[in-house]
Amino acid sequence: MKFSGKAHKFGADVDTDAIIPARYLNTFDPAELARHCMEDADAEFPNKVKAGDIIVADKNFGCGSSREHAPIAIKGAGVSCVIASSFARIFYRNSINIGLPILECEEAVDAIKEGDQIEADLETGKIRIQGNEQEYQAIPFPEFMQGIMAKGGLINYVKNKTT
Amino acid sequence: MGMTISQKILAYHAGLDFVEAGELINCKLDIVLGNDVTAPVAISEFNKLGLSEVFDQEKIVLVPDHFTPNKDIKSAEQCKIVRDFAKAYKIKHYFEIGQMGIEHCLLPEQGLVLPGDLIIGADSHTCTYGALGAFATGVGSTDMAAGMATGEAWFKVPESIKFIYYGKLPPWVGGKDLILHTIGDIGVDGARYMSMEFTGEVIKNLSIDNRFTMANMAIEAGGKNGIIEADEISLDYVNKRARRDYKLFQSDADASYYELREYDVSKLEPVVAFPHLPENARPVSEAVDISLDQVVIGSCTNGRIEDLAVAASLMKGKRVHPEIRTIILPGTQQIYLEAMQKGYIQTFIEAGAVVSTPTCGPCLGGHMGILAKGERALATTNRNFVGRMGHPQSEVYLSSPAVAAASAIKGKITPPWEI
Repeated sequence: MKFSGKAHKFGADVDTDAIIPARYLNTFDPAELARHCMEDADAEFPNKVKAGDIIVADKNFGCGSSREHAPIAIKGAGVSCVIASSFARIFYRNSINIGLPILECEEAVDAIKEGDQIEADLETGKIRIQGNEQEYQAIPFPEFMQGIMAKGGLINYVKNKTT
Repeated sequence: MGMTISQKILAYHAGLDFVEAGELINCKLDIVLGNDVTAPVAISEFNKLGLSEVFDQEKIVLVPDHFTPNKDIKSAEQCKIVRDFAKAYKIKHYFEIGQMGIEHCLLPEQGLVLPGDLIIGADSHTCTYGALGAFATGVGSTDMAAGMATGEAWFKVPESIKFIYYGKLPPWVGGKDLILHTIGDIGVDGARYMSMEFTGEVIKNLSIDNRFTMANMAIEAGGKNGIIEADEISLDYVNKRARRDYKLFQSDADASYYELREYDVSKLEPVVAFPHLPENARPVSEAVDISLDQVVIGSCTNGRIEDLAVAASLMKGKRVHPEIRTIILPGTQQIYLEAMQKGYIQTFIEAGAVVSTPTCGPCLGGHMGILAKGERALATTNRNFVGRMGHPQSEVYLSSPAVAAASAIKGKITPPWEI
C-alpha cells in the first residue's frame, strides 16, 4: 500500500479527546465522527482535510481513552496514513484493528513541515518528502499486520481468511 | 531468570511455563468488558462474524455507565444496542440502571474480577483491577468483539517498571497523590507499553480503595497495566466477594525489570495536576489561590467509599463556597447506600453540594456538570486534557478528594489542613 498526500502537522501527546471529543461519542457513524475529527486540536481541520492527506505528529499520538472512535474519525475524514514519532499503545492497536495505516518514524516527523507533500509505503516503511532527496525509514509491519490494514481491519481480515 | 507478576499471569493464560518481554502470545481471557460507548461498536463488529453465541455468557460484562441515565436520544439508542445484545446473547453480567455503577468501581465490588485474572476491557481504565493482583488492560472495540467471539486475545509481553515507595505517608497524602507524583516524574508516556508494578512498604500498608486509585491511573503514564501483588489487605476485600477460585502470583526475586524507581514519600505534599496533562503535577502549596467554578468528587479513580469518607470529614458542618458548583458522584449503588447509612450524603447536601446517581458523566465531558468557555474545575478524576470536561477553552485541575473538598469550601484550590 502506497500513500501520497499533504501533511497536517501536530505536536506531542495529542490525546483521544483532541482527536474526537467525548461530546460526540453518542454515535459511531464514521461520517459524523469525521465532521469533528481533531476539532479540539485544530478547529479548522475537518474543513481543510482532503482525501488522501496524512497526519504527522510528535511522540505519544493517541494517548488517553480506548475509544476506537478516534481512528474511525481519522479514517472517516479521508486521512490515508498517520506518521508519528511514537503512538500510545491502545491507539496503535485500534488503528491496525480498524485498518488505519500508521507508521512510526521520528526522523521523518522532525523533517516534515506543515503542507509538505508526503509519499509513504506501508510495505517497505519508506517515507519521502516531495522535493527532498532524503528517504526516511520506518520499521515495516510484519506481513499479517499489513494484511489486516490492507483488508480494512481485523474483522474483515478474519472473515476473509475463514471463508 | 525469573518473571514479573505480569509475565507470570500472561504465561499462565497462554499455557506457557515462561515468557519474556517482547514475545507475542495468545491468551485465554477471564473477563471481557464493555460500556455504552465502546460496546455498540464492538457489537457491530461482532455481528459481522455471523456467530450465534458468545464464547461464554458468564465471562462478558456490559455496563452502561458513560452517558447514563441516557442523556439524549442518541445515547439512549446506544444503550439499547447494548441491552438488546445482552438479552439476545444471554449475557449474565449486564447491569441495568438501578444496579449499575461506574464499571471500574462495580466489577471489583461484585467480585467479578479476582487476583491472577487476565482481563480486557474496552475502556482505558480497565487497568484499575491490577490493584487486586490481576493483569487488566484497556483495548478497543474490535479487540473486545474478537474477545467476545473467541475468549482470547493476543498480547505483546510488556517490560515492567518497578516503583518502590518507602517512608511514612504524611497526613492527607494518599494513593491519588502517589500516582500523580509518579506520573509527574516519568511523564504521560513514561511507561508507554509497559507494566507498572507498585511495591514497597507504603503500598503494603495502603488501603484497597487507595490502591484502586493508583492502578487506575497507570494508563495516564501510557502503561499497559498497573499491578500490586495480592496480600492480606486485598484478599480481605476479595474473599468477601469472590464466587469462583482464583490464583495468586508473585514476582520472582530475580525477575528482570526495565527500570527501578524509588520514592521517599515522607515529605510528599498532596499533589495537584495542572492543565492540560496529568504529568503537570505540583505540590498543592504551589496551587493555592487558583479560583474555581466547579468541584467534582467521584469517577472510577476516586468514587469509592473511602474517597467519600475523606470528603465528608472535611465538609461536615461546613458550607461549600456559594460560587462553587460541587458535584459528588458515588461510584456504585452500594457505595451510595453505604455513604447514606454513614451520614455522608446528608453532610454533602447540607454543605450545599449535589449528589448524583453513579455515572462517568462530567469526567469525560458527557453530562452532569459540563464546563462553559473560560470556566475552571478541580476534579478527582483522571484526565485534564483540553476540553475534557466541556468547552475546549475550559480548564481541569486534578487532585485527591481531600484537596477537592477543602477547595469546594474555600472556593479556590486549598490544602486540606486549612479547613
